[in-house]
Amino acid sequence: MSSTFDQIANIIAETCDIPRDTIKPESHAIDDLGIDSLDFLDIAFAIDKAFGIKMPLEKWTQEVNDGKATTEQYFVLQNLADRIDELVAAKNAAPGA
Amino acid sequence: MDIDYFRLIDRIVDLNLDEKRITVEAQVPAVHTIFEGHFPGFPIMPGVLLTEAMAQSSGWLILGVLKFERMPFLAIVKEAKMRGFVSPGQLLTIEAKLEHEGSGFAVTKVKGRVGKDLKCSAELTFGLAPFPDPALRVHMDAMAHKIGFPLQAMTHD
Repeated sequence: MSSTFDQIANIIAETCDIPRDTIKPESHAIDDLGIDSLDFLDIAFAIDKAFGIKMPLEKWTQEVNDGKATTEQYFVLQNLADRIDELVAAKNAAPGA
Repeated sequence: MDIDYFRLIDRIVDLNLDEKRITVEAQVPAVHTIFEGHFPGFPIMPGVLLTEAMAQSSGWLILGVLKFERMPFLAIVKEAKMRGFVSPGQLLTIEAKLEHEGSGFAVTKVKGRVGKDLKCSAELTFGLAPFPDPALRVHMDAMAHKIGFPLQAMTHD
């Protein structure tokens, strides 16, 4: 089974037409890969579907805007993969999961 | 359908918030200057207007799902297919289904038919934002009333 990072990288490559081999765990989605907010909507939809979650993009954005978090925490791809793993774990731990 | 004011939906036929699905009707006018140019001797509804009609149908669905707390703005059009000509005077029936409600965005799949014939379809993504101006909210309430938006549908959780 491919890692969460690999799944995200494949989604980004396909959605944004970015060569897969240029997408690294340390890549910043915005600063390094140049993904804009509209493309990120597409990516978020694909990630939500692939993992059965709802990434809290608005909450993350608010935290960044309020200075409570850095963009690196959410948009460096390995960190994003970790956040997704946390969301999946929380979903599986929820009652009825 | 009031093309001049870009109000393309005439009536909500059905809104099912449990299934997150809406059906609306849009009567294509028999006469309009658009048809004089598009096309002389062969008047048909422009594909962009069919796409807009599908977007407005989806918009009413999303407004219902969100209880009019946020406004959907069209952001991405995917897989838009104009499958057949739509002529002046025809009645379009459009069905939209909420495919996904994400954080700050929503995705719908929409189909437009004339009778049983599938005429257009698309997958649409909307950004969801607070109403940017109170006047827009007032307008949407008035339009909801005009097209028969079943406000009682939103009281059932």
